[in-house]
Amino acid sequence: MRVKVLGLILAGGRGEALWPLTKVRASAAIPIFGKYRAIDFTLSNMVNSGIYKVGVLTQYNPRSLMDHLGSGKEWDLDRKHGGLFILQPYVSSQGEFWYRGTADAIYQNMTLLRRGEEDFVLIGSGDHIYKIDFTDLYQYHFKKGADVTLIVKKLDESYDLTKYGIVSVNENMRILEIEEKPEEPKRDLAFLGIYFINKYLLMDLLYASVPQKGYDLLLDVILPNLDRLKVYAYVFDGYWRNVKKGIDEYYRINMDILKQEVRRELFYEKGKVFTKLKDLSPPKLTGTATVSNSLISDGCIIAGSVRNSVIFRNVRIKAGAIVENSVIMQGSVIEEGAVVKNAILDKEVVVREGREVTGEKEILVLEKRSVV
Amino acid sequence: MRKVTAMILAGGQGTRLGVLTEKIAKPAVPFGGKYRLIDFTLSNCVNSGIYKIGVLTQYKPHVLTKHIGIGKPWDLDRKDGGVTILPPYVGNEESEWYKGTANAVYQNLEFIEENGADYVLILSGDHVYAMDYNDLLDFHILKGADGTIACMEVPLEEASRFGIMVTDLDGRIVEFQEKPEKPRSNLASLGIYIFNYDFLKKILEEDERNEKSSHDFGKDIIPRIVKETLGKLYAFKFEGYWKDVGTIKSYWESNLELTSPLPPLNLHDPNWKFFTHTEEMPPSYVSPTAEVMNSIISEGCEVYGKVENSVLFQGVIVEEGSHIVNSIVMTRTFIGRNSSLENAVVAENVIIGKNVRIGVGEDRKNKYDPKVYSGLITVIGMDSVIPDDVTIGKNCVIGVDVDPNDFESRTLESGGYIFHRR
Repeated sequence: MRVKVLGLILAGGRGEALWPLTKVRASAAIPIFGKYRAIDFTLSNMVNSGIYKVGVLTQYNPRSLMDHLGSGKEWDLDRKHGGLFILQPYVSSQGEFWYRGTADAIYQNMTLLRRGEEDFVLIGSGDHIYKIDFTDLYQYHFKKGADVTLIVKKLDESYDLTKYGIVSVNENMRILEIEEKPEEPKRDLAFLGIYFINKYLLMDLLYASVPQKGYDLLLDVILPNLDRLKVYAYVFDGYWRNVKKGIDEYYRINMDILKQEVRRELFYEKGKVFTKLKDLSPPKLTGTATVSNSLISDGCIIAGSVRNSVIFRNVRIKAGAIVENSVIMQGSVIEEGAVVKNAILDKEVVVREGREVTGEKEILVLEKRSVV
Repeated sequence: MRKVTAMILAGGQGTRLGVLTEKIAKPAVPFGGKYRLIDFTLSNCVNSGIYKIGVLTQYKPHVLTKHIGIGKPWDLDRKDGGVTILPPYVGNEESEWYKGTANAVYQNLEFIEENGADYVLILSGDHVYAMDYNDLLDFHILKGADGTIACMEVPLEEASRFGIMVTDLDGRIVEFQEKPEKPRSNLASLGIYIFNYDFLKKILEEDERNEKSSHDFGKDIIPRIVKETLGKLYAFKFEGYWKDVGTIKSYWESNLELTSPLPPLNLHDPNWKFFTHTEEMPPSYVSPTAEVMNSIISEGCEVYGKVENSVLFQGVIVEEGSHIVNSIVMTRTFIGRNSSLENAVVAENVIIGKNVRIGVGEDRKNKYDPKVYSGLITVIGMDSVIPDDVTIGKNCVIGVDVDPNDFESRTLESGGYIFHRR
């Protein structure tokens, strides 16, 4: 049976914890792993799971996100039937509102829900890095006879549990309680912010909640109804990270991709990750280059030394330059003899000849287009 | 606006590329880490603002046709114009293969007519170069020519390999010598022509009626126009990089050239990009055990071994302890542990086992076809599997689809060959 699902991606967040990387872009548009942006993963997961109608809810500084998504053709979403919908706040006859919360954002775009032929809605976030086949989730949802299924994951000590919603379930995996960002978490099962729900049920819930100023999907829509609705937890045990949790987390995720098992899972399992094409020539490593444990993207010319780093597209690392334990975004130039260690360089940063940029205990972040 | 239609000749087999064109047409041969040969001509067209393009295919067109698709990567998926694949077809009177390059264009005159072209650009789908065709067209119009041929000065000793133009002071061609023993000039034709449509149509129709003609631009059309002064032909001197990668040696060389710090063909020029259709792959990964020098390592590669002066195409995996020198390794080829490659061209989807040595031993002539397989280069065809512990010499050829059962011993001496037994 083909399950008809509408995909919604929440991509409006400011991502304060990622400042200053989010000064110029929404967190969902943050560049990651050399050639991708965070939203590519959720978008590719949806497309790889047969979802061909996807709405992206944007609000905070969406320029680079919209530029990235374009007509959706890289994800095969430039379609006559379905396709990609960018859903921005708008002015209407009822007045003008920013999205006041996740539930409100969907509520304001009720037309997309009402008009579609889809029976279910999958709500994901543009900030999550993971690979999943959602069709397994659908099967689980039907088998449990659930009204709502939420994706949860057992988080180990590498996650800061106080930043997540902690879930308690009964023996059938029915959710009894979700404690949002507890100071002292008692359990390690966290809600990942991904929902699967019958579309008409979602519409009813939104109509009941949003006009009463219940603007948050989890706190105002799902949690108050835990008794009445059958809300089940689906445990995901693959790699999953949220870029929005902070600079440290963002840095760690980038470093994770240098591990073979993470690359295998994120890049080669459960379909491909699609992203905007740039038509750049393959990277070149010259005779003076020494590269070790690093990711190198198209358009790069590497003549210096690179270790334990993620190098994005069109970066120049000149002879005698040293780059270590760093994330260097698109179009940056590390000139002759310059040293960059433990740093994140946003796009088009220039580190001049012989200069040194080194993060000590904390990762150093250089803003877009800065020149050192 | 000047109405130009480009006709790209892409039907050739490219026999001198041996097993590299066993399964695909020459214009579909991979080049430079992620491209196929036809990408250069197609990109030159769109970068020159030419959006009406016909691609004439005949020999094993599947990979080529799929690669071009509806022309999306080149922005050729257009309402007006775009790219059209023109294979041989069945007509009312008789069905015919393309008998030659001129005949191929002749059979598609209707296509050019429908495009409303004033000028027809005749191009080859297997040359590597960056050229703004507007310069050629400007020259053509300025001279009031009927046809203009792009030419390049070549060393006199090499001139006998080309079609040579002898011009007057104005650049008008007064004599044409096809591969002359005693060249009277060093101006070689690049196989890039522009014609006024009406003139071309007349000439092609006449040529079609000529039973002695082999219907080829280089052999018949150009010499006849010059000899019988049927029209004004001019030579346009092109001074950039141009290469016909017609032989395995030149294919190997021009790929390796790209790994130098300042190669003659700049693939990194933001104002003259080369577009292509590739599979979506993640960035390349170079491991702590790897050593990479003077090389191109394309997306999707995972390198755990040593790579020197080589071009790795997309998705190539080089396992630990392996050593690749002066080699071209195409898409999705796998190189097992502790194997070494020197002076090798390895086609797509090849699996090379563990402890394999390729390109070792003395220099001996190839026993299968020494004209094609020479220059100490060993070539391995698409989809072949080289079993563990095998040693292969220089000037060797391994065909396509070769499997471990095709190997009679663990050693193939220099000059040897193995093809798949069906």
